[in-house]
Amino acid sequence: MSPIITVTNLVKQYPGVLAVDGINLTIPKGICFGLLGPNGAGKTTTIELLEGIYQPTSGVILYKGEPLGTRYREEVGIQFQHTALQDFLTVRETLKFFEQLYQQTLSIPEIIELCSLTDILDRDTRKLSGGQRQRLLLALALVNDPELIFLDEPTTGLDPQARRHFWELVKLVKSRNKTIVLTTHYMEEAYALCDEIAIMDKGRIVSQGTPMQLLAENFGDVVLQIPAADSINKLAALGIQAVETGDFLEIRTNHLHQTLQQLLEHGINLDQLRIRAWTLEDLFINVTGKKAAA
Amino acid sequence: MKKFLAVLHARNMEFLRDRSALAWNLAMPFLLVFGLAFTFSGGNKDIYKIGIVGGMDRMVSVAPKLQSTQYLEFITYDDLNKGIAKVKHHQMDMLIDVSGTPKYWVNSSSPNGYLLERVIRGTEGNQFERQTVEGAEIRYVDWFLPGILGMNMMFACLFGVGFVIVRYRKNGFLKRLKATPLGAFQFLFAQLISRLLLVMVITTIVYAGCNLFIKFNMQGSYWDLLLITTLGAMSLISIGLLIAARTASEEFAGGILNLMTWPMMLLSGAWFSLEGAAPWVQNVAQIFPLTHMISATRVIMNEGATLSQVMPDVWILATTSVIILAIGAYIFKWE
Repeated sequence: MSPIITVTNLVKQYPGVLAVDGINLTIPKGICFGLLGPNGAGKTTTIELLEGIYQPTSGVILYKGEPLGTRYREEVGIQFQHTALQDFLTVRETLKFFEQLYQQTLSIPEIIELCSLTDILDRDTRKLSGGQRQRLLLALALVNDPELIFLDEPTTGLDPQARRHFWELVKLVKSRNKTIVLTTHYMEEAYALCDEIAIMDKGRIVSQGTPMQLLAENFGDVVLQIPAADSINKLAALGIQAVETGDFLEIRTNHLHQTLQQLLEHGINLDQLRIRAWTLEDLFINVTGKKAAA
Repeated sequence: MKKFLAVLHARNMEFLRDRSALAWNLAMPFLLVFGLAFTFSGGNKDIYKIGIVGGMDRMVSVAPKLQSTQYLEFITYDDLNKGIAKVKHHQMDMLIDVSGTPKYWVNSSSPNGYLLERVIRGTEGNQFERQTVEGAEIRYVDWFLPGILGMNMMFACLFGVGFVIVRYRKNGFLKRLKATPLGAFQFLFAQLISRLLLVMVITTIVYAGCNLFIKFNMQGSYWDLLLITTLGAMSLISIGLLIAARTASEEFAGGILNLMTWPMMLLSGAWFSLEGAAPWVQNVAQIFPLTHMISATRVIMNEGATLSQVMPDVWILATTSVIILAIGAYIFKWE
């Protein structure tokens, strides 16, 4: 599919800090692209350069093959990590206000429906809950029916239910053939929403691909979990490496069949055996050496 | 135009729904006008004002004893008619012309003028030819009303625009707007017009409200008054926009706003006349838009000046507005 955004050698240098250090990216049209990384990795700076909010120190960003121009402002939707709205306006008035800033827009009733805002239309925007506020901010990012939508850590600080509700909205938006660029440090979120991810660390992209691809590349093996109890000594005798995690022992193996047979033969009880899949969380720790947010 | 109207409407709503700020914006000028009208209703002045035409040096040689009398303040005038007008409105107690045959003017209904006549005869004999003018006293309230309303407009314009934009920048609202197709000039112009409308409406309400109780002296045209105050408010708002063009620090903006408002408050003639002040002070005062707005408003209201008489002030206010707004829009930053 043709790329909607192409980034070449992107650099952003602040006094004393190299926030973005030579990033190359191609984002195809119609996908959800996730930018992951620990705090301070340069995710927000990168996304704000892509949004055209700041100018890069060097490098080129092309939107549909052209430099970011006035058309870009009309065709992208942005949800910042931190933003304020005009005080003393209701949700409806705020939507109307943003609608008037664009030439082409979705109809207000359609946006209200899409982002489930019906119940809070006449509420002052300062009195919204975290989840309601994020839904309104998403609605504002969608008001101009953009082809490309940037969401910078949209679910940070939301409770699990509100987060899942927001994911459903993002999936709904994605189903309309929109391209979404999302930053997050919730690996579960990236796994649920993203078709492709890039993991950033210290201003650089350290890993990129589809979640399945990256997991397969980084972890060829599987993890078996068995209750620690009395198994630990038997495993040591067998020469099988195991890592103790809480009440369980974790065994990594590339040969599942063979390992299971070995365990059975030596009378290790497999009643409570669990096979754990590798997650993006593991991948994140693997490539950045840091723990992702819970 | 659609974008401009959207920003204008949103800002107006924000202002009108902020009840506490709105109440304060309305109550403050009422309190000032009534408070000062009450405080100065006696019009007691310890110092007698005497205008001199023909120069102070000549005055010293013609009337040395009067010149050395205590509690008299001498103000020189080049224009005899201007001095006579002051005596007519009781803004000056006596005018002395020493350029030819020594003469003095007093207002026949002024008690201070009567006393000064006794003084001049006592010190200098009968060498001065007596002239009288007739005219009702301009109350102190009529003199200070333009100053008070002007000063209140200055605060509403400078702080109302300056602080609001700095707050928008600090909390990220401007950054959100930057992500839309809205242009900087559209945004700033909407802020200017919104504030202008609100300031003019509030000032009109305060003027009309006070006028019910203290019948103001209004000799000139209300249209001229409206034009002058509109231009004055525009130039003050432009200064507010300029100050808020880049900073994201409310403390810094507050400091600069105070730095602008205090000299204007003291030197623009809002509280006291600068007629007796040193020439350099008077020249410095000419820099401030408020000085021109207040002086033009005073002559329109109290002396019935026509638009052509205040045309220099009109031009100065219009030009400063355009220049300052252009600079503000040029250097404006969303974040």
